[in-house]
Amino acid sequence: MEIKVCGPGCPKCHETERIVNEALGEAGIGIIVQKISDFSEIAKLGVFATPAVVIDGKIKCTGKVPSKKDVLSWLK
Amino acid sequence: MKTTEKINSCGCDGGVCALSAPVSQKKITMQQLSLGFAGLAAWYVLYLQLLPFSNFFAYHLLQLDQGSHLGASIQFFVYDTPKVMLLLTLIVFVVGMIRSFFTPERTRMILAGKRESAGNVLSALLGTVTPFCSCSAVPLFIGFVQAGVPLGVTLSFLIAAPMVNEIAVVLLYGLLGWKIAALYMATGLAVAIIAGWVIGRLHLEHHIEEWVREIRMGEQIIVEEKLSWHDRMRMGGEAVKDIVGKVWLYVVAGIAVGALIHGYVPENFMAAIMGKDAWWSVPAAVLVGIPMYSNAAGIVPVVQALLSKGAALGTVLAFMMSVIALSLPEMVILRKVLKPTLIAVFIGVVGAGILFTGFLFNLII
Repeated sequence: MEIKVCGPGCPKCHETERIVNEALGEAGIGIIVQKISDFSEIAKLGVFATPAVVIDGKIKCTGKVPSKKDVLSWLK
Repeated sequence: MKTTEKINSCGCDGGVCALSAPVSQKKITMQQLSLGFAGLAAWYVLYLQLLPFSNFFAYHLLQLDQGSHLGASIQFFVYDTPKVMLLLTLIVFVVGMIRSFFTPERTRMILAGKRESAGNVLSALLGTVTPFCSCSAVPLFIGFVQAGVPLGVTLSFLIAAPMVNEIAVVLLYGLLGWKIAALYMATGLAVAIIAGWVIGRLHLEHHIEEWVREIRMGEQIIVEEKLSWHDRMRMGGEAVKDIVGKVWLYVVAGIAVGALIHGYVPENFMAAIMGKDAWWSVPAAVLVGIPMYSNAAGIVPVVQALLSKGAALGTVLAFMMSVIALSLPEMVILRKVLKPTLIAVFIGVVGAGILFTGFLFNLII
């Protein structure tokens, strides 16, 4: 599995990264989250509202900090 | 191109997630409906108590004199703070629900086929209801341009989104009445529509950074699940938690400053420097306001205090618009996709629109 968190580095993006990491820990999945902060990279993923979470190339969430419960359900 | 510096000023609101938590009830039950009405009724009763309570608190409980500076300040603070918070909670909840119908993705789809003029109007209107965050301005800009939304139409969106929002309108309504709130909304939209249209007419597309046009944006449609009313209400609740939780401090601080000015600064103190007769005060207010950044929550209470001390409405509105709509941090963000010429034109055209609005109101009111 490949997890990307997109965001230029605003507080919400850090929050999102933290929650995703927490969820990964809880699910016992040892993947390193990729932090994408380069705007052209973000655009190439098809994201135009940050923060966004992309798992295996699929956008799961845009423009919002997801809840841990949401993230856990995407990991299944 | 590396674009990784920190951005700290960010007024993000809600967005969309693929909702995952299974919702137990899809329909609103009678019980929930009656609960909603009870909540509204309680809200209204509470709202009616605020003025008597503030008078009681300041003049009976604390035994301050009716005409004293301290009394006036405290009564003002005790009345306005809960009033604004109550209004804010209700409106943010409702707007949070409305916003669940509009996502940046959907807005982009709506605007993609539009031409200028009608596109500018639609774009500015959508800017007010689409969840938008200033640190998303760049990805959003790229997304719009890639989808074939004209530059001017995109800019109408980017001007309206921060300027005409529910927080500004609620605070203006709560502190200054519905007329000024409506006036602000109408002129804010007009500035966004006209400025976007003018920039579109100037054909500055070649002043967009090259890398933006070269990007092949990944085409992805986020799976939007059907939201039930229950989900939308939940989103409204989340918006309240999120936005009210973030802006309450600004509101309280702003009202405190307002209360001090209200109680201690003499009547008509502002008339000389921000009054109608000082024609130069409008451009001065715009020039001072452009580099400044504050969200609506912080600026409106100050605006109210200035008005009550004899500052002219046009001057104050121009100041408020330039603080919210044009700011240094936003220009820094937009610089990544726009060349300096286009940034300058953007500031110039929007600034001119605000200036015109200020003069107009000083003239007619």
